Amino acid sequence: MNLAINCQGITKFFYEKRPGGEPRKGLFGWGSRKKRTVAVNSLNLEVNRGEILGVVGPNGSGKSTLVRLISTLLLPDTGQIEVFGLDVVKQGLKVRRMINRVSVDAAFFKKLSCWENLSYAARLYGVPIKEAKGRAREILQRFGFQKGKINQPMENLSRGMQQMVAIARAFFTSPVLLLLDEPTTGLDPKSKRQVQEFILQVREDHNSTVLLTTHDMDEAEKICDRVAIIDRGRFVALDTPQNLKLMVKGKSLEDVFMELTGKGWEEEE
Amino acid sequence: MSQAIFELKACYGFVERNFNLVKRYLGWEIVFLVYNIVNALTIGFIGVTQGKDKVLYLVVGAMIWGFLSILFHEVSESVSWERWEGTIEYTFMAPVHRFTHLGGMCLYAIGYGIIRTVVLLLAVALFFNLSLQNANFGAALVILVVSSLSFIGLGLMAAVLPLMSPEKGSQATHIFQAVLLLVSGVYYEISVLPRWIRPLSVVSPATYTLRAMRAALLKGSSLGQMWDTLLFLLIIGLLFIPLGLFIFNLAETYAKKTGKLKRSG
Repeated sequence: MNLAINCQGITKFFYEKRPGGEPRKGLFGWGSRKKRTVAVNSLNLEVNRGEILGVVGPNGSGKSTLVRLISTLLLPDTGQIEVFGLDVVKQGLKVRRMINRVSVDAAFFKKLSCWENLSYAARLYGVPIKEAKGRAREILQRFGFQKGKINQPMENLSRGMQQMVAIARAFFTSPVLLLLDEPTTGLDPKSKRQVQEFILQVREDHNSTVLLTTHDMDEAEKICDRVAIIDRGRFVALDTPQNLKLMVKGKSLEDVFMELTGKGWEEEE
Repeated sequence: MSQAIFELKACYGFVERNFNLVKRYLGWEIVFLVYNIVNALTIGFIGVTQGKDKVLYLVVGAMIWGFLSILFHEVSESVSWERWEGTIEYTFMAPVHRFTHLGGMCLYAIGYGIIRTVVLLLAVALFFNLSLQNANFGAALVILVVSSLSFIGLGLMAAVLPLMSPEKGSQATHIFQAVLLLVSGVYYEISVLPRWIRPLSVVSPATYTLRAMRAALLKGSSLGQMWDTLLFLLIIGLLFIPLGLFIFNLAETYAKKTGKLKRSG
């Protein structure tokens, strides 16, 4: 089984309340009170084992929805998603044993210490506590995390430090598929570089597959084998960074984005 | 590691996490405990004005309701709490059975409820000369364990509400709890309730728990004398827990379809 992720024709709708002034649709305005938005639209995606695939796109383009669908937190409306040949809807528990996710907002019990949060994660993922402590220390020290901070409540740590703990928490469970949803957002340039190097090393050491969503085009270009550009729930391009640039004769992935979507990066942010 | 040991360790992870949270929110724990003690004492003093027997009647009601409401609250609020902390997605994508997750929450609720109730009992005993020579504590313990099952089941069903409606679900669980307090004869006989509301008393497991508990503690009734009430509580518990799990699973699927597992909803 060489495919780590196989998504075929996945679509995800969300239904939101119509704003006050917006008329209902349907006959005599008796239609639904809710407005349907398409977050992910007929996506096909194949990610090879050991590959680092970047998904870049502006806010609201469907990146996080895609990650949530793969991580079993959302159910697709159409299509099928397989992780190492397992269906995420029918075999969710087996899929969850192979994956871990870092989200853009570091999800922690704020009053609990860094170690209390990590030991909770260790128990959920079946990592022996002693081993978890060793692995977490090793990863955190690598990021320049001060030793004494491990017993500090999470709320006393900076956003960057919290994000490092989130990354350590995901890595110490040794997942074969890592879903990193904007993991470096909020980190200073040095920490960002350390995380990027660590991702590359984890792939090297464990042959882990990584799906990385990011706003940072340089980051995508630097560490991803292939990059998918997503806009309004659809992939507008998917190839190696080099090929993408060649395709539009651009100098950067930003040029690629502008050329393929017909709009600037900033205006979408 | 066999699957059963893995699930047991994960279950312990939920218990440990919650006791860690209690330590970290100690200030609030003290506030709630003091409030509970003062509340029980106030109710006890109302009993003093109505005769010695009434004190015990009311204090037993306050303590048992305290225990059952902790069980119900801790289980039903588990989803709201995680949503508030922002950890709901992390917990729901952990590789553990939902039964393990909720089982851990229930075990914690039982342990936490027992600790709080014992502290409450000690505090109340300092103020009132409680006459418990006739009490059958063994029977009381059995009643507590058996009725915990039905309240855990009710808690699981109520936990569904915050899962389905992030904005209003938590408030709805409080209404649910308040109705149980009203109809279950915690501080008065259910015969004083208007006739139209009494069917709710009949279906509330707390009605039977309180009746049996008062019989065990105030009259020293044996398990044999209360077998029909106990059997009823056991049947309700054994029905409510799987039903609660089933409903929870349906609600989880709904939340995953509609995107309601997110932190902010």
